[in-house]
Amino acid sequence: MSEAAALPPGEHPAHDPHLAHHFSSLERQVDASRLGMWLFLCTEVLLFSGLFVGYAVYRYSFPVAFAASSRTSEIWAGTVNTIVLITSSLTVALAIHFVRAGRQRAAVACLLITLVFALAFLGIKAIEYTAHFHEHQLPGRYYRFESVRLPGAEMYWALYFLMTGLHGLHVVIGMTVLAVIAWRTAHGYYSAHYYVGIELAGLYWHLVDLIWIFLYPLLYLI
Amino acid sequence: MRQSEEDREKLGAPPAQESYLTDGTTVMSWLNTRDHKRVGVMFLAAVIFFLFLGGVFALAIRLKLLYPGPFLFDALTYNRLFTLHGVTMIFLFMIPAIPSGFGNFVLPLMIGARDVAFPRLNLASFYVYLAGAVLALWAMVHGGADTGWTFYTPYSTTTPTMLLPLLLGIFVLGFSSIMTGINFIATVHTLRAPGLGWMRLPLFVWGIYATSIIQILATPVIGLTMLLVAAERVMGFGIFDPARGGDPVLFQHFFWFYSHPAVYIMVLPGMAVISECVATFSRKNPFGYKAIAFSSLGIAFVGFFTWGHHLFVAGQSVFDNGVFGVLSMFVGIFTAVKVFNWVGTMYRGAISFKTPFAYICGFLFFLVFGGMTGVALATVALDVHWHETYFVVAHFHFIMVGAVIMAFLAALHYWFPKMFGRTYHEGWGLVAASLIILGFNATFIPQFLLGNNGMPRRYYQYPEHFQALNVASTAGATLLGFGFVIIFIYLVIALRWGPRCEQNPWRSKGFEWLTPSPPPTHNFDKIPHITQDPHDYRTHAPSGVYADV
Amino acid sequence: MAENGERHSALPYFLVWVALLILTITTFLTGRMHLGTWALPLALAIAVTKSLLVILFFMHVIHSTRLTWVVVIASFLWLGVLFVLTFADYLTRMWKIY
Repeated sequence: MSEAAALPPGEHPAHDPHLAHHFSSLERQVDASRLGMWLFLCTEVLLFSGLFVGYAVYRYSFPVAFAASSRTSEIWAGTVNTIVLITSSLTVALAIHFVRAGRQRAAVACLLITLVFALAFLGIKAIEYTAHFHEHQLPGRYYRFESVRLPGAEMYWALYFLMTGLHGLHVVIGMTVLAVIAWRTAHGYYSAHYYVGIELAGLYWHLVDLIWIFLYPLLYLI
Repeated sequence: MRQSEEDREKLGAPPAQESYLTDGTTVMSWLNTRDHKRVGVMFLAAVIFFLFLGGVFALAIRLKLLYPGPFLFDALTYNRLFTLHGVTMIFLFMIPAIPSGFGNFVLPLMIGARDVAFPRLNLASFYVYLAGAVLALWAMVHGGADTGWTFYTPYSTTTPTMLLPLLLGIFVLGFSSIMTGINFIATVHTLRAPGLGWMRLPLFVWGIYATSIIQILATPVIGLTMLLVAAERVMGFGIFDPARGGDPVLFQHFFWFYSHPAVYIMVLPGMAVISECVATFSRKNPFGYKAIAFSSLGIAFVGFFTWGHHLFVAGQSVFDNGVFGVLSMFVGIFTAVKVFNWVGTMYRGAISFKTPFAYICGFLFFLVFGGMTGVALATVALDVHWHETYFVVAHFHFIMVGAVIMAFLAALHYWFPKMFGRTYHEGWGLVAASLIILGFNATFIPQFLLGNNGMPRRYYQYPEHFQALNVASTAGATLLGFGFVIIFIYLVIALRWGPRCEQNPWRSKGFEWLTPSPPPTHNFDKIPHITQDPHDYRTHAPSGVYADV
Repeated sequence: MAENGERHSALPYFLVWVALLILTITTFLTGRMHLGTWALPLALAIAVTKSLLVILFFMHVIHSTRLTWVVVIASFLWLGVLFVLTFADYLTRMWKIY
């Protein structure tokens, strides 16, 4: 956000290098960035809303099939993944904390640990998906799971794959963002004085965690 | 009252001829711009192209409908044409036109800012729009879909026509809309000039702000819905497939949760433009500034609670029908408030009957009738008769074309001097406005009659006794088309050869007129300190706005 | 969040993390108990508590501006609107109102 708007010709008062010309102060600019990110997170919540409502509607319509199907999901995988994501939220919050305390290297380490956790999450999900493919616990017309032959079971798996798939996509996006941020932190782009980038990336990552906090009980536990 | 020379000097006008248009003349300087004004102009060029494309589809439809039987092309082509007409007009024109076109240009000027909060995001929103447009065009070139722009399942999940690029295109276009919304909300919250409190915001800003709220809350749901249909088509996920336990009506819930607020994304900016123009061309303070401002927010919020009125005969429960029916009545109240306030503004004003004012007149007339027929349609018992007939088609065209496009044209004519520093031929402006208003009436009033008499919409063939009204409608559409062509011609001429105008040819008190026309890239030499209310035409009102000393 | 020169400790983050772990284990255990109709409300209540912890503390909303609160509340409120009015359709389809 450092170049952006033009100034009148001949006028360029000295300013913080991070400050864009159309903002009156860095604080305003940071406020705007945070607001922008929160508004974007709002759209992400609404994006998943449809899936949660779909889940609610079909669970209401097929309570037995949904309960039976969720009992066949890999509960250990879901639980471990929940712990993994919660811990990754901790590490990303710590990264911001360390940058604010001027401890760049600790911050980078935390971001890298977050990435490792994210990879672990994806790895466990990959194992799960493979297991589901083997068991033919697949959405819609591909469903062939013998142990649960109830109407609505296909719907459970359709929603399962849609919800975890969309969530997984967001994990990948979050990882990419965090990787870029980690690189930038390591190269001194951020400081105790200006750490907006890490903050915004952290917010996105926490949202990824938040969505999973709801997916876990709905898909694995009940 | 003359736009004060003192203001011009205080705010530092550059030498004449130099402006955002001349600051960098290479193609790259436009494609890589951070300047909200250039982004706005690029958006305008794009949406105007799609307005004409959508118009071509419409004329093709109306040509076919001259005859009750097969004519010109077959039924499948007809289905594709009305689908593409809807998709083009709604997603490629109506949703982005006023916010991303005029909002981008004018909003920062109106709040005394040098740019929007996130200029690079702004440029990105334009490229994302283009990407979505390319996907949609790809679909069109390959024959397009035949489902109607509403993509109802189960037909949309099973039709052999090319749907996927269209679904993805709409998903991508949604992102552009969201980016614009985020930008404008952040801009209004953080970039207002000193002295510009919320109750001093120009009414256009209120309208765009409310629109942005809707864009953020509603658009993701259509994005998801398009993905779900794509998933069902490509991977057989069966979310809406009854054979898998799915419910096609669930699609309709999701679709209309966005698409009803979407019509407010289209209408609110139009109303915002009208608020500006009514004050300027009546040379009078807005009657009930707060009412107009807050009713924008009212529409934005209450508009979200009404989507089920599209599902009255779809199989929705009687309970929900009742709830949505009642809630749909409420949203009309806010529009009525605005109409009373606009008329109250014009009453005893010093009316300047210029082209934008002609469009205001058209807007008011069509908004009232479109709105009233909307309230009538919200009555379940009546909708049972009118659903899927031309009555609905006429209703929404009264709002979409009659109101929103009139407002778009008003904006185009009002801000043309601001954007390009030239004036167009006023006489031709009024001629075109008359043709458009007449043509519009001739096109769509017959459609109310057709619908009430039972002619279904989206039908390729119709019973012979409907022909007369169809012919009248097509004649009107042709007139309407002529009107647009005339506008295009004289505006293009004005762009190149129009006489250069002064900074504020309308003598408006709007804050955007404090900058030169066209403005320099940096908008203001000195950020103004706002000391007066917007649209303040009282004779004893302070003249102009003073820059910080 | 205002910048302050003073160092603040990382302890609150760890405490929140521990709370989240405890809640996760709780929901895991209660989830396997087959509590019948109470299973869903309980699981959701725990999930909501966990998300409040993440939102308020990890995402610093507790220190954030009122505008941020409005955006956060609006997001969930609108999810609620979509849910309530859509679900009402399915709940009431069999009602004989007339």
